[in-house]
Amino acid sequence: MKKFMTSALIRGLLWQLIGWMAGALFVTGIRVLMGLNPFVTGQYFFTEPAWVFGGLVGAVSYVVSTGAVTDWFKWAKGEETPEHREDPPGWDKYLNVSLDHKVIGVQYTVTALFLLCVGGLFAMIFRTELAHSGLQFLTLQEYNTFMSLHGIVMIIGILIGVAGMMNYLAPLLVGAQDMAFPRLNAFSYWIAPPAVVLLLSTLVFGGFDTGWTGYPPLSERAPLGMQMFFLGVAVAGWSSILGGLNLIVTVLRMRTKGMTAFRMPIFIWAAIATSLISSTATQLIGLSFQMVMFQRLFGMGFFDSDKGGNPILFQHLFWFYSHPAVYVFVLPGLGIISELVPVFVRKPLFGYRFVAMSSLGIALVGFLVWAHHMFVSGMNPYLRIPFMFSTLLVAVPTGVKFFSWLATIWKGKIELPTPMLFVVGGIVVFLLGGLSGPPNATVATDLHLQNTYWIVGHFHDTMFGGYIFPFFASIYYWFPKVTGRRMNETLGKIHFWIMTPSFLTLTLLMMRVGLLGMRRRVADYDPALGFDNYHLIMTIAGYLIGIAVLIFLYNLVVSIKNGETATGNVWNSRSPEWLIPSPLPAHNYEQPFEVVGEPYDYGVPGSAYVRFEDTKSARD
Amino acid sequence: MRHYLIAGVLVIVLAVATYAGLMAIHLMPVEASAQSIPIDHLWNIEIAIISFLFALIIVPLVYSLFVFRRKKGDTSDGEHIEGNTTLEVTWTVIPLITVLVLAYMGTYTLGEVLAVDPSALVINVTARQWSWEFDYTEGFSSKELHLPVNRQVVLDMQSTDVIHSFFVPQFRMKQDVLPGRITTYRVTPILIGTYEVECAQLCGTSHSYMTAPVIVSSEADYDAWIQKQVAAAAAAAQTPLGRGQQLVAENGCTSCHSIDGSSTGIAPTWKGLYMSQVKLSGGTNVAPGTVVTANEAYLTESIVNPSAKIVDGFQDNVMPKTFGTALTQSQISDIVTYIESLK
Repeated sequence: MKKFMTSALIRGLLWQLIGWMAGALFVTGIRVLMGLNPFVTGQYFFTEPAWVFGGLVGAVSYVVSTGAVTDWFKWAKGEETPEHREDPPGWDKYLNVSLDHKVIGVQYTVTALFLLCVGGLFAMIFRTELAHSGLQFLTLQEYNTFMSLHGIVMIIGILIGVAGMMNYLAPLLVGAQDMAFPRLNAFSYWIAPPAVVLLLSTLVFGGFDTGWTGYPPLSERAPLGMQMFFLGVAVAGWSSILGGLNLIVTVLRMRTKGMTAFRMPIFIWAAIATSLISSTATQLIGLSFQMVMFQRLFGMGFFDSDKGGNPILFQHLFWFYSHPAVYVFVLPGLGIISELVPVFVRKPLFGYRFVAMSSLGIALVGFLVWAHHMFVSGMNPYLRIPFMFSTLLVAVPTGVKFFSWLATIWKGKIELPTPMLFVVGGIVVFLLGGLSGPPNATVATDLHLQNTYWIVGHFHDTMFGGYIFPFFASIYYWFPKVTGRRMNETLGKIHFWIMTPSFLTLTLLMMRVGLLGMRRRVADYDPALGFDNYHLIMTIAGYLIGIAVLIFLYNLVVSIKNGETATGNVWNSRSPEWLIPSPLPAHNYEQPFEVVGEPYDYGVPGSAYVRFEDTKSARD
Repeated sequence: MRHYLIAGVLVIVLAVATYAGLMAIHLMPVEASAQSIPIDHLWNIEIAIISFLFALIIVPLVYSLFVFRRKKGDTSDGEHIEGNTTLEVTWTVIPLITVLVLAYMGTYTLGEVLAVDPSALVINVTARQWSWEFDYTEGFSSKELHLPVNRQVVLDMQSTDVIHSFFVPQFRMKQDVLPGRITTYRVTPILIGTYEVECAQLCGTSHSYMTAPVIVSSEADYDAWIQKQVAAAAAAAQTPLGRGQQLVAENGCTSCHSIDGSSTGIAPTWKGLYMSQVKLSGGTNVAPGTVVTANEAYLTESIVNPSAKIVDGFQDNVMPKTFGTALTQSQISDIVTYIESLK
């Protein structure tokens, strides 16, 4: 307990609070000197600028107090620091700043699980409200706040989960000792918790009723919580940008001998494609939110038509990131599917080069499709045509992935342990998400579909199939690598068989009511529409998903201590991380290895992907 | 070869069954506009493509899971097949052609949907938090949108505050409504009936309730309605009470404030409000639990600054705070006169 209370995590929270208050007092002091009104009675005590500046100072205080930037300060002062820093043994290294990519990967993953659960909880709250028409137990403002927070918390949760996968796996798969910039890596993680605090603080600052899209002018009128949302996203964005950058350098510069581009594990291609997007597009959402923030704080008229601004400009800036962002979420997930399918069907990945290129293809085309979110926004009507063509093009590389998976599975020797179940579930759910996409891309039909529950169903299928299912698969799959123990198979299968049918029911009914005219983001609906029964079933399905996730969490926690011991090559994989015992030592491979074959050459007797060098001296 | 044959037959069976099933359950509401016909036509083509692709991918997947399962105790690998360039190029090029054709059809359909009739009837639409107002060129405004059947209508739409969206599911179209700019919505109703316009762009707390009736009637019924409205507007403009009632309709007050004593749950009813005792839960410099008399001054203050006194049981920040500037002093006084009349 003492170790917990003195950890960087808790120390940071304390300092964030102190920094927040100090920042707020600073601005309030300036306001006093300027003769401005220092406090707002009946509101949140401090003024909006004071709270916002305080929030920024608080986030910086958090990171500094954890020690994630200490080495950089020392270098700036000309002091030497040791190149490697060993973590003390024990669980508390996960609560403190570590430079080990495996520790950081676990930190990210656990944070992601926490956020996904919180986001799920918000969804259950407003899903309960929707079970019946009329307002049951939430006010309209509370409904909108939970709905908005569900969106952004899930998004940040997935981004952090993606970072967890890439951090843990990328150096292992390319045979590196660590990420290229271990301190930057730690910094990227430790900037995330204060961002989460900022996001959740919206609940005490009156919430925000705009959805995670935060469109002005609505976001200009929303309560103070809106600003904490903007600030939280902007801070979290740093994590994504720097994490992406770090991964690109790691893959480009730190691959082991013999690992040419087309001999990289397929997940690495997906990670590169994702990082290209997250390191170059995230700035745009930060910018768009910052502009609304300044509009509120300083009266700048960027998006205010009364002051010569244009509210549609915001939507362009926002979607220029927020559309590619969905590929940041799904590309690593699809990479996990491509990575695991060969292992469980004992066949090479069909058409490796096409699969690799399809990831890059999706990432690049993904940059050119953002305005399909704006087909009814009032932008230039003719521009809708090129965006329709570019959006539909995304179907081509996505199709390549599906066909390649099928050809890999076809005539394989398929085994269905829990990770493979989630892979197959991911393929089916993502297929529904993918197939419900083209009607939205086609402008004429989108005029009806836009902003209805159809879109909600489509989006959740892509997110669950493209990320959540593969995320679960990868946790079941690599859990033995992290802990040296296996998760319980029976509980894993129960988790799958409760979650999958419930989720399909939920999203298919969302699409059903959407087509019939149910708008998205409504707290209440007219009973005359006849949607009450559909919504009741959706709510029940939502609860079943919640129960399935609880079973998963129980399995996860219990297996850490009591899981069946599994230190060897549990899944009989060719991948290098499985060829040495679990859990791994601090700097990964004691002996370096060389890539001598194809990564997925299952079915070739005696073939190998990597060969470890015989002596330890080879490294020195 | 046998596997391909069985799977092929299953793909066709499942594709046809999926398409037939989706058609049978009537995915879309009725077609009430000329524009909905080409849109639904394209939609049906999309459903056919979706059904085929669904079967094409699900069948081999599920078939494999049953037929190609590893036997117990078998630890050998599967066949070593790394790829097939012809196949890979095929499943890149054929989808490419398919989406290009679909995009072309989408473009063509959009052209049909946007077709302009120069003699179209023009109606001005004002959207605000959280109501719709329809201004007819005959010089009156209405809270209901009445449209004649089989005649193209252009709605010139503008918002007074945030972004809204005009959506009638039976018309199959929506268009965002922006502050400071006019956007248009062109529709030709073809089916007599009563529908609902719903705001489809999140516009704040009461977004769910931002709806208004859309009544499509025969040309004769429509003309009769217009005549009636013109006469009523002329009569009402003579008295403060009539002007007040008109202003209330134009500003959508009764979306939240009922006038018959019923509860909307959003805002207090106006029936019997005048000179009643109102318990407050707070407000600007108001202690919770204070009881005030709803006199003329209270009503005026509550219109101009809704946060000044919050009625117990209702939320702050629900009513727009813009009426103080959007309305003139005498207009507010007319509205108060109207509220006072609701005994």
